[in-house]
Amino acid sequence: MIEGAKWRRWVYFYIPLSGFVFWLLFPFYWMLVTSIRPDRELYRPWMAPNYTPFWTAHPTLVHVMDLLTETLFTRWMLNTLFIAIVSTVISLFCGVFAGYALSRLKFPFAGSLGAGIFITYLVPQTLLFIPLADIIRNFHLGDTPWALILTYPTFLIPFCTWLLMGYFKAIPRELEECARIDGATRWKAMLYIIIPIAVPGIMSAGIFAFTLSWNEFIYALVFLSSAEQKTVSVGVTSELVRGDVFYWGQLMAGALLGSIPVAFIYSFFVEHYVAGLTGSVKG
Amino acid sequence: MAISEAVGQRPFVRAPRRGVATRLLEDERWLAAALLLPTVVLLGLFIAYPFIEGVLLSVTDTKVGIPGHFVALQNFIALWHDSIFGTAVWNTFVYTAVATVFKLALGLWLALLLNRHFRGKAFTRAFILLPFIIPTVLSTFAWKWMFDPTFSVINWSLFQLGLIHGRINWLGDPNLALISVIIVNVWRGVPFFAISLLAGLQTINPELQEAAAIDGARPWQRFWHVTWPLLLPVTMVVVLFSVIQTFADFQLVYVLTGGGPANATQLFATYAYQVGVGTGLLSEGAAISLAMFPFLLIVVVVQLLYIRRVEVH
Repeated sequence: MIEGAKWRRWVYFYIPLSGFVFWLLFPFYWMLVTSIRPDRELYRPWMAPNYTPFWTAHPTLVHVMDLLTETLFTRWMLNTLFIAIVSTVISLFCGVFAGYALSRLKFPFAGSLGAGIFITYLVPQTLLFIPLADIIRNFHLGDTPWALILTYPTFLIPFCTWLLMGYFKAIPRELEECARIDGATRWKAMLYIIIPIAVPGIMSAGIFAFTLSWNEFIYALVFLSSAEQKTVSVGVTSELVRGDVFYWGQLMAGALLGSIPVAFIYSFFVEHYVAGLTGSVKG
Repeated sequence: MAISEAVGQRPFVRAPRRGVATRLLEDERWLAAALLLPTVVLLGLFIAYPFIEGVLLSVTDTKVGIPGHFVALQNFIALWHDSIFGTAVWNTFVYTAVATVFKLALGLWLALLLNRHFRGKAFTRAFILLPFIIPTVLSTFAWKWMFDPTFSVINWSLFQLGLIHGRINWLGDPNLALISVIIVNVWRGVPFFAISLLAGLQTINPELQEAAAIDGARPWQRFWHVTWPLLLPVTMVVVLFSVIQTFADFQLVYVLTGGGPANATQLFATYAYQVGVGTGLLSEGAAISLAMFPFLLIVVVVQLLYIRRVEVH
């Protein structure tokens, strides 16, 4: 704690911290207020004398209702959910096995394979989206959820592998050796001894991977074209902005509802999420 | 005799039969190969193959639906003379450098604040991470709406505080647009820096701080000579990660300005999208994307060398 007078505590601690919290959270409050504000209040210039920025006197759910009935929003939510879950499961499956192999088995080229996976971890999606779009078209995956389900693991697997390698490395060798002396095969020792111990790590990796896939934008933007195949991010961006007209009430309602699944999962697993986040950096 | 008879009479117990697969999986090398196979296939198919395809594409003149011919380095030479590309490169460097400096400074500040004990700490920490976990495109729309010149709540607040007299066109003014975009990027990145650095801070033994305090070190000296050197490894990794993400950023700019006004916020990725997908000049778009590669490679090499150095020590 800060030593000295009370005012010092305010100046060096409470005021800056409140400033940060306000700055970081205000846009979400603004989303909420905008999505329940009636249009006649929404499109009132800030110079107008009766501009009421921080609250609304006439809250309405009309934007939410319009969003749910007049657009394909629910469809986009389901698409995103499906894509995020399946690609997370695939990535966990691959990441657990790869992480185990790279951290606990001796085999030729282990080092270079590990470095290779680490490098793919750092490849941004924007580097490859154009040739990848071509490949997706050649595989006849364009405009299907599989275009994303199969490509999202390219940035999720390296992350999961990297994170889980840390967990696997920390498990003592003796545990596995005991099981093998008792007659377990390598495969069974891995499946029944090592992987269950790494469950917290797998949870962290899974939660992080889910939010990453929910967040992804450019692949979804480029690989999907028909309105009913889109994910939330792309649907909101392309279908709620028609020409130059922004439907701000619906947009903000969409942004709010589209964030809820991620926020929901996050709120239950904050600790796992933070472990995933910091683990991904430390390796 | 009796013993040998007894042995002879007892039917020979075989080890339970194991299939070929099970026996192969007992060999570390085969098991490793089997475990890595799905990962290698997926990464090969959707990272290595597109990369090669991208290189091949960038040396042709392919357009959407029209197979191209080999044109050697013509696309790259054209880019060299393309003033928009020059602007995009410049913007990308400014965007990355300025945003990273602010993210690090503010993130570190926030991490130091959160490293104290206070009521509601866990709660605060959970909430401040929201900008990082909420889908970027969706939260960016909130900023776009806050930046709207006619309806901006920011303008209203600044006006009420007497800081401005006219309206500020945050995203429409070419001189301001890049700054506005950087503000949003910093907003989104600060929580990541803060939480990662906080994790780093928590591994530092508080006794070191106390020892320095007993020796008479001022708070600022304690930070600079004790905390900062110990935090440096985590900081390096976080910065390098963030540099790569920021350098290759797309969605923020796509939503806020689309690269405009007059290419004032055009980055590598948005320009590649505009040319490759918008105009359908696949090969040129691929060339623009690939032009990022050398810079990214430098960052990755630095990171790998750094991690190796840390592991050796």
